[in-house]
Amino acid sequence: MLGYVASRAFRALVTILLVLTFAFFILNATGDPAILILSADAPPEAIEAFREEWGLNAPLWKQYIGYLWNLAHGELGRSMRDGRDAWAVVSERIPVTLAITIPALIIKLVIGISAGIVAALWRDTWVDRLVMAFSVTGYTVPSFVLGLALMLVFAVQLGWLPAAGADSWRHAILPIITLGVAGAAVLARFTRSAMLEVLGQPFIRTGLAKGLVWRAVVIGHAFPNAAIPTLTIAGFMIGSLVAGAVVVESVFAWPGVGRLLVSAVGNRDLMVVQAILLLVTVTMVSANLIVDIVYGFVDPRLRTARGGQARGGT
Amino acid sequence: MTAPLIELKDLTVDFPVGGNWVRALHGVSLTIRRGEALGLVGESGSGKSVTWLAATKLLPAKARIDGKVLLDGKPIQGLTRDQMASVRGKRVALIFQDPTSSLNPVHRVGTQIGEAVRLHRGFDAAAARAEAKRLLDRVHIPSAARRLDDYPHELSGGTNQRVMIAMALAGEPDLLVADEPTTALDVTIQAQILDLLAEMRRETGMALVLISHDLGIVADITDRVAVMYAGRIVEEAPVDALFDDPRHPYTQGLLAALPDVAGPRRRLTAIPGQVPNPAALPPGCAFAPRCPAAIAGCVTAIPSLDAVAADRRTACFRAGDGTPWEIAA
Repeated sequence: MLGYVASRAFRALVTILLVLTFAFFILNATGDPAILILSADAPPEAIEAFREEWGLNAPLWKQYIGYLWNLAHGELGRSMRDGRDAWAVVSERIPVTLAITIPALIIKLVIGISAGIVAALWRDTWVDRLVMAFSVTGYTVPSFVLGLALMLVFAVQLGWLPAAGADSWRHAILPIITLGVAGAAVLARFTRSAMLEVLGQPFIRTGLAKGLVWRAVVIGHAFPNAAIPTLTIAGFMIGSLVAGAVVVESVFAWPGVGRLLVSAVGNRDLMVVQAILLLVTVTMVSANLIVDIVYGFVDPRLRTARGGQARGGT
Repeated sequence: MTAPLIELKDLTVDFPVGGNWVRALHGVSLTIRRGEALGLVGESGSGKSVTWLAATKLLPAKARIDGKVLLDGKPIQGLTRDQMASVRGKRVALIFQDPTSSLNPVHRVGTQIGEAVRLHRGFDAAAARAEAKRLLDRVHIPSAARRLDDYPHELSGGTNQRVMIAMALAGEPDLLVADEPTTALDVTIQAQILDLLAEMRRETGMALVLISHDLGIVADITDRVAVMYAGRIVEEAPVDALFDDPRHPYTQGLLAALPDVAGPRRRLTAIPGQVPNPAALPPGCAFAPRCPAAIAGCVTAIPSLDAVAADRRTACFRAGDGTPWEIAA
């Protein structure tokens, strides 16, 4: 088990390094920050001074080594816009994003999983069809369309909630619902198919044959097995807590990490973009790592596949 | 003769197939007496498993079941699914064909046996674990105490079938229905499992229904055999009588296809053709198209299952007319 965790952790580190490398070279290849930040009309001396100040005149590979070196020392660099520490710029946005993504995650898990279970248990009835109709709608409609539609109805038409901004908790409601509905739709579909798969297994019939009532079979035997595939998608959702709201934050002008990313990319504020990408990669990779480890506890077959062996004759 | 434990009376089962009802079971009547061992034999799709899944309400809810099931003379067919749960495991236990996938992969085998013990005997967790260990000992699993904490995927198919049997014994049932319990196992393991079933029956006095496609398997450990074909019982007889003097041409065909270990070497004869599709049964006797003894009447009328001796029944217009498989061969 320890060796397994260590190898997964090593792979996670390699993944993070790869993402950072790609991001560094692609961002540097797609435009000159000096011109974008100072504008093309700026005097050549100013541009040259800016390049000198930020080390942009050095060969790219030297810049890359320097970037990694600083990173290894906990330095994420400074924002090219205002000279503030890039990590400070990013980290002050994290709680703002979590304020909508955590409630949305709770909605996804509670509604998505229970709707999926209900649909599977009442398969081919009107309940199932209703849940699936909502689910298909929920994940085929893009979140910006859903967000705008909600805004139109609840802010513009009914005037119940503010349309955009982040001045009060009431501003958070529409972004939370927008995020929650789409995720719940995905999770409902996943949970339903996981449950249907498990309910068709012979051990479900064994549970009934030994005298358990249907409810006990579902709770004691179907749920623990259906949890395994559902865990994957839930882990992915946890990994996207920090950066999964780029579109929704833009639609609702919610000043979180996602909106910072959009503006930093537009501004070619390389250090801020790279700090955000590092944050996103680390959270996503850690969530996957945690899911991998939790798998080992939930599914005994994976546990032995990693070290144990089959025992017993007949 | 002891009292009937469970009686199936004119049991029919229909499945919905593309908007139509397809009849899988055409009125099966069968009596199991206390402590008796019955073999239920037939090819795949003959309705052997469906009979007992229907009797214990384990078929999917969309299946339509008709007829009567009497347990100790009292009808149980009207019970709800939850009421039926108190019959299953406690009065009638079942084990199935593929033991490894019949056990829950994420629970330890001790937990799964313990669950049945707690359910039927009201033990607490510690007592249930002790009883689970005792049951594993009884089904001759070595180092039972350590096996309690194993998962099904860590054990062989034969061991898992022993676990299934231990779990079935947990409720001290009056009847064990073993549905092809050895089909998924190696031949050497098959014999061990059959021996174990026979031993458990001797020790507990429970009745046994052994469902198999193989007459040879049921011969050794059952008292009586019912042969099924296309959703009907076509012959029912004490096991010795059936082997010595099969009356139905289908039974004769099954025996002709069985290798004879003791007797002289002879060519095995297969029954030509295939089991008919339940959705398109021939109008007369369902076996007539494959039967070497069929006469004109066989293709128009369905023979009823009639007593041909004190303790045997046959559904054939030509029962007792000879041995068509020898004539044909």
